Amino acid sequence: MFYREAGDFKTSYAEDNQTFPVKFDRYRYYAVLFMGFAIIPFLINDYWVNAIFLPFLIYSIAAIGLNILTGYCGQVSLGTGGFMAVGAYGCYKLMTAFPDVSILIHVLLAGGITGIVCVVFGLPSLRIKGFYLAVATLAAQFFLVWLFNRVPWFYNYSASGQINAPERTIFGIEVTGPNTEAWATYLFCLVILTVCALIARNLTRGMQGRQWMAIRDMDIAAEIIGVNPLKAKISAFAVSGFFVGIAGALFFAVYLGAAEAGDSFGITKSFLVLFMIIIGGLGSIFGSFAGAAFLVLLPVFLKNVLVGTLGWPTDLAAHLEFIIVGGLIIMFLILEPHGLAQLWRVAKEKLRLWPFPH
Amino acid sequence: MLDASDSYVTEDGRTIGGVVMEMKNITLRFGGVVAIKDISFDIRQGEIRAIIGPNGAGKSSMLNVISGFYNPQEGQVFYKGKLRPSMRPYQVARQGIARTFQNIALFEGMTVLDNIMTGRLHHSKANLFEQAFWKGRAEREEVANREVVEKIIDFLEIQTIRKTPVGRLPYGLKKRVELARALAAEPSILLLDEPMAGMNVEEKEDMSRFILDVNDEFGTTIALIEHDMGVVMDLSDRVVVMDYGKKIGDGTPDEVRNNQDVIDAYLGVAHD
Repeated sequence: MFYREAGDFKTSYAEDNQTFPVKFDRYRYYAVLFMGFAIIPFLINDYWVNAIFLPFLIYSIAAIGLNILTGYCGQVSLGTGGFMAVGAYGCYKLMTAFPDVSILIHVLLAGGITGIVCVVFGLPSLRIKGFYLAVATLAAQFFLVWLFNRVPWFYNYSASGQINAPERTIFGIEVTGPNTEAWATYLFCLVILTVCALIARNLTRGMQGRQWMAIRDMDIAAEIIGVNPLKAKISAFAVSGFFVGIAGALFFAVYLGAAEAGDSFGITKSFLVLFMIIIGGLGSIFGSFAGAAFLVLLPVFLKNVLVGTLGWPTDLAAHLEFIIVGGLIIMFLILEPHGLAQLWRVAKEKLRLWPFPH
Repeated sequence: MLDASDSYVTEDGRTIGGVVMEMKNITLRFGGVVAIKDISFDIRQGEIRAIIGPNGAGKSSMLNVISGFYNPQEGQVFYKGKLRPSMRPYQVARQGIARTFQNIALFEGMTVLDNIMTGRLHHSKANLFEQAFWKGRAEREEVANREVVEKIIDFLEIQTIRKTPVGRLPYGLKKRVELARALAAEPSILLLDEPMAGMNVEEKEDMSRFILDVNDEFGTTIALIEHDMGVVMDLSDRVVVMDYGKKIGDGTPDEVRNNQDVIDAYLGVAHD
């Protein structure tokens, strides 16, 4: 009734190839973009931005990055936290070394640096697969955090061992540092996320994405039809690293403002992003958003309900929160192992027929 | 006897060209096990060449040598008149050799369309940046590839399952999708490893028709392994018979049928 493909005819292959082939999807997408860019910036305050929107936007970028590597190319990575740290420290070094260059360029360069680092740690993937590769990337996680804690050059020899984001502006508006406006940081991250998501979508719907998925589904068959496994895996690591690095740079410069490798980019971060894509849906860009939203919103929501509405003590609520989130994750994986994205697909299939089931 | 460059016309009016691929004294060992022992044969342009033999004769190993999975310890492979150095399977694929597998090797998580589009891989040149922004060659090639793929989809009569994930398809259709993916590469040689294994009579007839049509319409050279003797004798122009890694017969179906070694191999005599 509301969601249908009937009557939505396509007369060219280009039309059939587009990101949202169904008209309803397309309009919904425009509506979401309009909401994000034109309405939300006027409504939000510091609490909303710091508790919900910034973490959601930044984790979405990281989840898209990891989803390309794990969901599309099938290479499990537990090094996401470490790679985010590379983005953060890369961005910090660039920001302090070249204060006159735009922060946007620093963030992109930090992504590029992370891409290269990611490729280096991805090289073992040519020989090892599955769990063993996961262990190899785990080594990257620990090594990188150790590196950023132990080598003072990375934190500019500061006494605390922390890195602090200096104030930087875009078009004269501050986006990093202590005096930022809520809407400015929000829009900065939203623009980057939108571009990242579009790039990720373009890559995954075209020949490059097919190569990655071919390697994921059956590497022998992929090779026999001409996929170079070396190139496919390395490119997945590079692109994934680029996105994860951007997420790390934003996480440090825009969201945290001050960071320390072990605390901010530890192994828990790797697992958090991995859970996001598993819950959201492996091999789906929408799933990356859904997973990030789920794991960012759920704790905030539970806290508000338990502490705010029910008036429970904060420490009790904090522990209950862990139990409930953990329980929900397990329940979710049992009920829908392919994640929120699959749930969304099933809902759409149902809606296509609704209200006539046959 | 024909020369390598000679061509001839078959009884049903197809022109068979010169030798496009020649295997010379191929020997393949796995440790102490000799899978293929000193085998030579050739494949001519435009013909349907069958490789038959009892289980474990080394047929699939032979196909794997052609497609680059195994590099033989001895012997040479000549492709289009040139000695082929040992190369990786994806390099062989780029030279225009496509294949299907005995146990279907499709990408289960992708749709039929995406699976077949993957076959167009080396017909697209767009680099990562063009693809990232979906501009220039990326956009044009996607549409051009789609046109070729749609023709193959029409040809193999799988229009209705275009956007179905491959994992949901029944066995017979999967076999057809796999053939479509190999065809999408527009190969000069198509290798089929038991294209009719596990099919009923009707499905076998369909598949035979597709193989003949492919050969007829696209002029694709086909090398196939098959166990169904009726099918092999009907389809193929020439047959290689293998047993215990050795070649025991080579020729037209009629010649092979009357070859005493072949009859022994299939009916069984005491090996000395």
